[in-house]
Amino acid sequence: MNVMAASPETRQATNSQDTVASLGNITKRYSNGVVALDGLSLSLRRGEIVALLGPNGAGKSTAVKLMMGLSTPTAGDVRIFGADPRNAAARIRTGVMLQVGRAPEMLRVREHLAIFRGYYPNPMPYAEIVKAAGLEGIEARMFGQLSGGQKQRVLFSMALAGDPDLIFLDEPTVGLDIEARRGMWAQIRELAARGKTVLLTTHYLEEADALAHRIVVINKGRVVCEGTPAEVKSMGAGLSSPNDTSPGVNGVKIIRCVTTLTSEHLLAMPGVSAVEPHGTLTLITSTQPESTLREMLALDLQLHSLEVQSPALEDAFLALTADPS
Amino acid sequence: MSTTTLSVSTIPANDLMRSLPIFAREARFEFVRLLRTRTFSLSVIGFPVMFYILFGLLMNRGESLGGITVAKYMLGGYAVFGLVGAALFGIGVGMAGDFSAGWLELKRASPMPPLAYLLAKCCTAMAFGAIIVSLLTALGIVFGHVHLTLDEYAHMIAFSLAGAIPFASLGLVVALIVPFNSAPGIANLIYLPMSFCSGLWVPFQLLPHAVKAIAPFLPTYHLAQLMLGALGAPSSGTANSHWSNLLGFTLLMLGIAWIAFRRREQNA
Repeated sequence: MNVMAASPETRQATNSQDTVASLGNITKRYSNGVVALDGLSLSLRRGEIVALLGPNGAGKSTAVKLMMGLSTPTAGDVRIFGADPRNAAARIRTGVMLQVGRAPEMLRVREHLAIFRGYYPNPMPYAEIVKAAGLEGIEARMFGQLSGGQKQRVLFSMALAGDPDLIFLDEPTVGLDIEARRGMWAQIRELAARGKTVLLTTHYLEEADALAHRIVVINKGRVVCEGTPAEVKSMGAGLSSPNDTSPGVNGVKIIRCVTTLTSEHLLAMPGVSAVEPHGTLTLITSTQPESTLREMLALDLQLHSLEVQSPALEDAFLALTADPS
Repeated sequence: MSTTTLSVSTIPANDLMRSLPIFAREARFEFVRLLRTRTFSLSVIGFPVMFYILFGLLMNRGESLGGITVAKYMLGGYAVFGLVGAALFGIGVGMAGDFSAGWLELKRASPMPPLAYLLAKCCTAMAFGAIIVSLLTALGIVFGHVHLTLDEYAHMIAFSLAGAIPFASLGLVVALIVPFNSAPGIANLIYLPMSFCSGLWVPFQLLPHAVKAIAPFLPTYHLAQLMLGALGAPSSGTANSHWSNLLGFTLLMLGIAWIAFRRREQNA
């Protein structure tokens, strides 16, 4: 876990004037004694997309709530644009999209937008929001008549309404089809390109991988690791074979094939860190994929359906947040 | 840091300028939203109207009670019944829904002044109260031969507006401590017995003794007595004592709401 901290921290030091939001050594203990955050520190910089990942109950939503000023920490410091997040001046510069089941159903899309734009002194022009969130043609509909994906886009448009500098997006693409999801990703990238900061929580690891400049993995109220998607993936792969003295964690590959070799046999090979049967296929994680493959092909002449992949963010995520017990 | 200090210092200066349109818009759309929600608007307006037609107009045979006609006497009772329903259901059930949907959380994370939300709900309850009272009055005049001076009508409207506040506070308590699914049930459980015991359905004089003894502990009783007093019907107690009872009830409800809100905050 100490491996990864180096590079993000140095970046942070050089760009401290660009810090838009920060959580400093936060502890959050609920009145029932549950410790949701335990010494968590996190900072968001101008123009970056940060994805907050973690299993359910890791403390993601607590961290986001603290930054939105909906909750106060037991100990530690929360700053949004250098101010308390509950400060009106800080709120005017933030936009929020939460997982909302039911917005008032009997208001039209354009009425919802009028209300939210009205909260901000310099809102984004109405036509621009409609275009950015893809609301053309549904502006006159009642919120309750919209499909799940359309509702999600309206909630996204409310986060954009004030043309904020910092945007919290909680599971923004839930319920969207692939095309709409890509569309929203393009919008989120566009925001970052205009210097806005986006904090994203998502269950779609693919989304974090595709969008985020930086991924912060948290578990049990602590930051487990942070870095670029590529860095996080390699850290996860590294963790799954901690005792291995392989040349580099970036060499980790996952071998999929149909083989007659037993798991015990495969695990005994140098570099193999995990073997998982998957139907007729076997999934082998190896830090020395070339030598593993050579050995397997020599031993099993019937080996077929061979595929070699780089580990996905999902594997890294599972490895990083795995319960050690 | 420099940019923040700048915005912090400029915003409070035009805070009021910025807030007023927000308050107005919030109230307008809250009213529109509830008016369009047929399950709400039809039942909250429909029940007092239906009851008044049945018990105040159809079933009475031109009798009078303490010097005024039953149709006029019952107008006071059903006016209170209607406005209490609008406040209790509009706020109690409406806000419990906003809580459970996470909508209130989104509103609170936005730069909306928190008071705008509460005032919008309260003003909407007042508007519905005024609509109901006006409808009942029109029915009474047209079908019940009720004679009402402009002054009496103005008093009824004024009492509906002021009377919405204690019941809006009661609604707030319901929203804060009752889960959304049971909010309508609990609201009815408070609303219906309280209305009966305060003489809103049946003239107070005709209620059993045991019920008459409970009534002075109910806010609806005090509002109904004020309303009857304004209509020139026999009422008991002084206006001052009724107002102080309503004020006390409002403060008690706001106190409970404040504690409930703080507890929610701590567990947020």
